[in-house]
Amino acid sequence: MIAEIGHYALTLAFFVALAQTAVPLYGAARRDRALMAFAGPAASAQFLLIAISFGALTHAYLTSDFSVANVAENSHSLKPLLYKISGVWGNHEGSMLFWVLILALFGFAVAAFGSQLPDSLKARVISIQGMIGLAFLAFILLTSNPFERLDPAPLDGRDLNPLLQDPGLAFHPPMLYVGYVGFSLAFSFAMAALIEGKVDPAWARWVRPWTLGAWTFLTAGITLGSWWAYYELGWGGWWFWDPVENASFMPWLAGTALLHSAIVVEKRDALKAWTILLAIVTFSLSLMGTFLVRSGILTSVHAFAVDPERGLFILGILIVAVGGSLTLFAVRAPALKASGLFAPVSREGGLVLNNLILSVATATVFIGTLYPLFLDAMTGDKVSVGAPFFNATFVPVMIPLLVLLALGPLLPWKRGNLRVAVEKLWVSALFTVVVAGGILVLSDEAPLAPVLGFGFAAWVAGGVVTELAERIRLFRIPVGESLRRLVKLPGAAYGMSLAHIGIAIFICGATGETNWTRELVVVAKPGDSMTLGQYELVLDDLSRIQGPNYYSDTATLSVTKNGEPFAVLDPERRLYPVQQMPTTEAAIRSGIAGDLYVAIGEGNAADGIIVRVWVKPLVPWIWAGAMIMVLGGLFSLSDRRLRVGAPKRSAKRPGGPAVAEGAD
Amino acid sequence: MSRVLYLLPLLIFAVIAGYFTIPILTKKDPRLLPSVLIDKPAPGHDLPALLQDKPGLGPEDLKGEVKLVNFFASWCGPCRAEHPILMRLAAEGAVPLVGINYKDRPEAAIGWLRELGDPFGRIGVDADGRAAIDWGVYGVPETYLVDAAGHIRHRHVGPLTGKALNDTILPMVEQLRAGKG
Repeated sequence: MIAEIGHYALTLAFFVALAQTAVPLYGAARRDRALMAFAGPAASAQFLLIAISFGALTHAYLTSDFSVANVAENSHSLKPLLYKISGVWGNHEGSMLFWVLILALFGFAVAAFGSQLPDSLKARVISIQGMIGLAFLAFILLTSNPFERLDPAPLDGRDLNPLLQDPGLAFHPPMLYVGYVGFSLAFSFAMAALIEGKVDPAWARWVRPWTLGAWTFLTAGITLGSWWAYYELGWGGWWFWDPVENASFMPWLAGTALLHSAIVVEKRDALKAWTILLAIVTFSLSLMGTFLVRSGILTSVHAFAVDPERGLFILGILIVAVGGSLTLFAVRAPALKASGLFAPVSREGGLVLNNLILSVATATVFIGTLYPLFLDAMTGDKVSVGAPFFNATFVPVMIPLLVLLALGPLLPWKRGNLRVAVEKLWVSALFTVVVAGGILVLSDEAPLAPVLGFGFAAWVAGGVVTELAERIRLFRIPVGESLRRLVKLPGAAYGMSLAHIGIAIFICGATGETNWTRELVVVAKPGDSMTLGQYELVLDDLSRIQGPNYYSDTATLSVTKNGEPFAVLDPERRLYPVQQMPTTEAAIRSGIAGDLYVAIGEGNAADGIIVRVWVKPLVPWIWAGAMIMVLGGLFSLSDRRLRVGAPKRSAKRPGGPAVAEGAD
Repeated sequence: MSRVLYLLPLLIFAVIAGYFTIPILTKKDPRLLPSVLIDKPAPGHDLPALLQDKPGLGPEDLKGEVKLVNFFASWCGPCRAEHPILMRLAAEGAVPLVGINYKDRPEAAIGWLRELGDPFGRIGVDADGRAAIDWGVYGVPETYLVDAAGHIRHRHVGPLTGKALNDTILPMVEQLRAGKG
């Protein structure tokens, strides 16, 4: 019964979306206030209905109602509560439902918090948001109904893929989806602006917080996914460059470019058409990320063939959404006039360069991910593009961006002097030379990659500190006065510094892990000991444990470091009988200097088991750096000037000190 | 001129969308078939051995018994994910495994097998990916079920799962062995 309510609510939501799309759009064209005002209640109703539907599916999972096909295929009565909940979005149908839920939530947020928006803009944004919802509600209802019943109902379910039964992965998809779907608002605002034929700083002030919020969630989601891969897949890697990861990375790169170009629109009233285009591209890549990966076209063309109806539907949505928006762009964007002029060497110029590099990087990942499909379609040749391609292309593309990252924020708006900016960076340059030199002396083999990696990290970090010092006029005014300035810096200034320093920390982690990892693989029996670097490990015991829905072979290893007791680690190998799938649960001892990572492989006590030990220097810095970037996003969001509804307030005092000092 | 510039994103998108859509709409897409080689003889290649103490793969080696041929590479993440399943298959002796190491550095591949275990009875090296093209490999990992006559009977794209093995591949192996396939 409850499942039927969910299905009914979803069907109703479809018709509400239809009205939400048509009525406000028509009203805005006719300048009819009553029709435009329809947008708000429609968006609220839409959200409420989808929330009811999502609640119904969650209920089916919590009560293990196996008469619902989706639950029977993806859940099991013995599964722990957390994974019953995460199971709701851990499958195709449920994740689509979650997607439209977030979409409706954002539409609702515009309705609830958008009282300061011009009526026609608000109506059009909500209408476009409804249009996206319409397409995906149709997709769910016609091809992916999560409420389909099974008769007779099976006694128990088929369980969730055990690799996905993990706290890190339970929260990874929601984060990612909030990020993906968050860009839908940037898209809706872009479409509405094209229809209105007007893009101005107030528009950019509206778009920025939403984009920033989406970017922050996407960053957190990708980080969580990478961390999960690191500890769950049991081989110590943290980024594979596989199509699924790339699909989330492309919108991230484009979204990062969008964040920066929106600043130029806001502060300088320039780069309008480009920003609109980026908003379209970012959301298009998000769509591709969610749906093409889900449909399986990227990882295995089979899923597409197995269910051509779904694949074609998604392709149809993509073509209409992207093709339609780009057509609108081609027709309306030439009319957008920029008022702010700037010289090539200026803050704007730096941000343009930032955008160019990020776009090239996005294109690189795009080509690497889709090239096998293109080649196949054109010639029938099959190739696989793996990590070697991306390491050889993506990394060199990003290097100029790192050089620019220290320089750009030191350039003034409108017209800058390159020599003045470069001269400010002498401390940073000195720091870079010292760090790179130190690494050169310390490392005994193949020092080029670590010297470059840590050198660029030092350069970026030096640049961030220099920029902060400039901002608070350190050593040029009394130190107390500087500190006072530091405390009073706007949130966005902290946000930028944190995000940029996060990049430096991330580079350190990635460089250390890639170049300095040491590993040991042995076959050991209980009582055997092994040595790697400063660590000595003794395999004490091997035992079999029964978990709630799995068996586990657990090894107990006591570890000493330089002769001192250091840790007791218990890596596991689990077998989930329902899905007949083994998983590795690595034991990791993390510290600021790096990780000691132990995983066990095949074997038994009599013949010995395979024990794999890694020492991975600086690896936690990878996620620490990424989380600091997330923190940067949150700080920027906390900035009063970026807050939703702020446009009118700050417009009253455009020349005020807070604006002049703003972080950009 | 500037109008053309604004049209450019749409044109680029049209080209990309065309490449995806046209093959599907005209149903000419070979990818929509499980493999064009199903029930045809597996391509015969002479692939050199990866390891000193384990044979490579000659054109005749694919005949004689039912076996799984697995394309793998040390740089491929999903291959890592599927490896425990291959190890389990080998430990249970369910079906002989033949490995083809795809576009890899030999030392990386050897280290990889040493680290994760080696489930294969034979390993051939396909350094330039030419054999993979003839097999119709879309991307690693990919696994083929080859019967005693050396014909490809099933193709699995992506990492093997317990479900695919139990529901499809192992029953097919039994069938082929019983001579009913």
